[in-house]
Amino acid sequence: MTINRKDFLRTVGVLTGAASISTLNASIQHNVDLDRLGVLSDLTLCIGCRKCEFACNKSHGLPYESIDKYDDPSIMENFRRPTSTQHTVVNRYPEKGNNGLPLDVKVQCMHCEHPACASACIVGALQKDPKGPVTYDAAKCIGCRYCMVACPFQVPQYQYDNALTPILMKCDLCYDQNIKNGQLPSCVAMCPREVMVFGQRKDVLALAHERIRTHPDRYIDHVYGENEVGGTSWMYISSEPFENIDLPTLSYECPSHLTENIQHGIFKGFSGPILLFGLLGLAMKLYRKDEE
Amino acid sequence: MRQTNGINRNDLKFFTPGVIIITIFACLGIFSIIYRLIFGLGAATNLDGQYPWGIWIGIDVASGVALAAGGFTSSFIAHIMHRERYDVITRPALLTALLGYTFVAIGVMIDLGRYYWIWHPIMPSMWQGNSALFEVGMCVMLYVTVLYIEFMPIVIERFLGKVNFPGILSILNHTTEIILRIFNRFLSKSISLFIIAGVVLSCMHQSSLGTLMAIVPSKLHPLWHTPILSLLFLMSAFSVGIAMVIFESILASRSLKIPFETPVLSQYARYIPLLLWIYLFAKVLDMVSRDSYVYLQHVTLESSSFFLEMVLGVISPILILSSRRLRKKVPWLFTGAALTIFGVLLNRINVFVIGYSPPYATERYVPSIMEILVTVGLISCIILLYRFFVFHFPVHHAFKGKHYEG
Repeated sequence: MTINRKDFLRTVGVLTGAASISTLNASIQHNVDLDRLGVLSDLTLCIGCRKCEFACNKSHGLPYESIDKYDDPSIMENFRRPTSTQHTVVNRYPEKGNNGLPLDVKVQCMHCEHPACASACIVGALQKDPKGPVTYDAAKCIGCRYCMVACPFQVPQYQYDNALTPILMKCDLCYDQNIKNGQLPSCVAMCPREVMVFGQRKDVLALAHERIRTHPDRYIDHVYGENEVGGTSWMYISSEPFENIDLPTLSYECPSHLTENIQHGIFKGFSGPILLFGLLGLAMKLYRKDEE
Repeated sequence: MRQTNGINRNDLKFFTPGVIIITIFACLGIFSIIYRLIFGLGAATNLDGQYPWGIWIGIDVASGVALAAGGFTSSFIAHIMHRERYDVITRPALLTALLGYTFVAIGVMIDLGRYYWIWHPIMPSMWQGNSALFEVGMCVMLYVTVLYIEFMPIVIERFLGKVNFPGILSILNHTTEIILRIFNRFLSKSISLFIIAGVVLSCMHQSSLGTLMAIVPSKLHPLWHTPILSLLFLMSAFSVGIAMVIFESILASRSLKIPFETPVLSQYARYIPLLLWIYLFAKVLDMVSRDSYVYLQHVTLESSSFFLEMVLGVISPILILSSRRLRKKVPWLFTGAALTIFGVLLNRINVFVIGYSPPYATERYVPSIMEILVTVGLISCIILLYRFFVFHFPVHHAFKGKHYEG
């Protein structure tokens, strides 16, 4: 009976290996709170003073210049994107605003409701906090940069110049240093024009629609981020269609929906692989009989 | 014991002019890897915030996994379908897969920002079941282990009863012999479980490599982005697995000066057109159902690359290898297999590099010299190691290496 015992042990070994991997499939859910936070950015109010850039770098310990230097608008002649030393930048679109004025657009992480980066992350270093922000844990990150591939807004940036301990850089909504202490994100607090409104997502969304309804001449009827990629925590209202100010036109379906369905469809309870294993084992036996 | 139908290794030198050139490329690659480790990704590559993945992921990893598919397709045909006549090509295929996957792992490590944390995904506290990359990583890790176990019988055959360490180490001879014997007994009973596990793990991660890029509908060109990307990846892995075995067998025969396995190879090649037809059918059906063929009416880099991939890499091998007459001729067999490999290689490059267009890129990603040197260097290392193993282990049945001496 020794062979039977060995067979049994082998089977147990394979099954426990499979089962232990399968348990993690069920563990991750998008459980965001109903009172999760959000930001509404009203682009018609922004004057492009770039004080938000200053506040952001200062509060994240990133290099910054003296505050007066940010008044110089010449840097905005070039189109900029967040970098590994700047979580947020303001771009100027001349004559795109109301009455022929420039339209200034602050860009940063959108804090998606179902973030593709977090779904993609191989080690769960990126997480959607139930309160809203998409946070990053550098102690887990192995630097595969799949999040940067996955992000539909091309926001996360990597410290390519750091040879030994590079980390990912992106806006965290000042979650650890401000929000947890009941304070506003640094950029929101700094803004002299109150371009950004911080609060519960459902409230700032209602405010966005309220503003559009009461000033139809001032805004186009579209809250960017209400539905894009399944919704984002950061939302914009603007006088100009968003595709003209470099905010990409995106599907209302969250991109991780497809991949997660594939992953969980095939690997639910590890049934797919186990079934395949069984079928192949059967085939091996049957073919052997054939040969004999 | 020397066999008359075999060629002795002593008749053949390890270093030929070709091998020396490959060694130089391998050294340049290793130098570039050291440069990358010291000065970082920014200094060695053209990667940036827009293009986080380049040819290291597109070729070394994604294509590497596809081209190493010969391991599981051949073990499926030889061991699960019991087509014993293909045994002569199963061992070379296994060795290619073993080396291929080992270098996929090395390729990943070089590309990782924090390569020293490559083990993180194994830790249960960091498991992330939503991530296709996690699944790929776990499966590749397990599959490499399975490949090493599947290779054990070859090591045992080489050394069992012949363990002879030099000098002082000879006191270990007896112990090693016993260990080999234990392994031998364990493996002779359980090898089929590992063979099946290898096929299952391969199917899982070959398809999940496609799922990787399914998450970027807004960035991957519609000619390639489809919900069935993972299925297409799996199907093309089947066909390229067989093509690689043929390609590599012909090259090895030439290089080692042993007879071509033409009858076996031409029978093996029958599977390719069949599998490519299924792939082509699924691809066309998908393009028609999603209207993505409209992107073919303009000449762009993407449409040209797609055209090349389908015509040269899918349709022409179907035409060549469907002909029984051409299949029996080594040059045509080789061309057909090489075109199939070209098609899948270009497909992976298209999906991961050429078809990927980030929203704010000002200029297209072009790999740096260092990136190319690393990629070429890693492939050179695989070829050298392959040659080393063939010279020292019973891999090619007609090539009698060192183990037959005495």
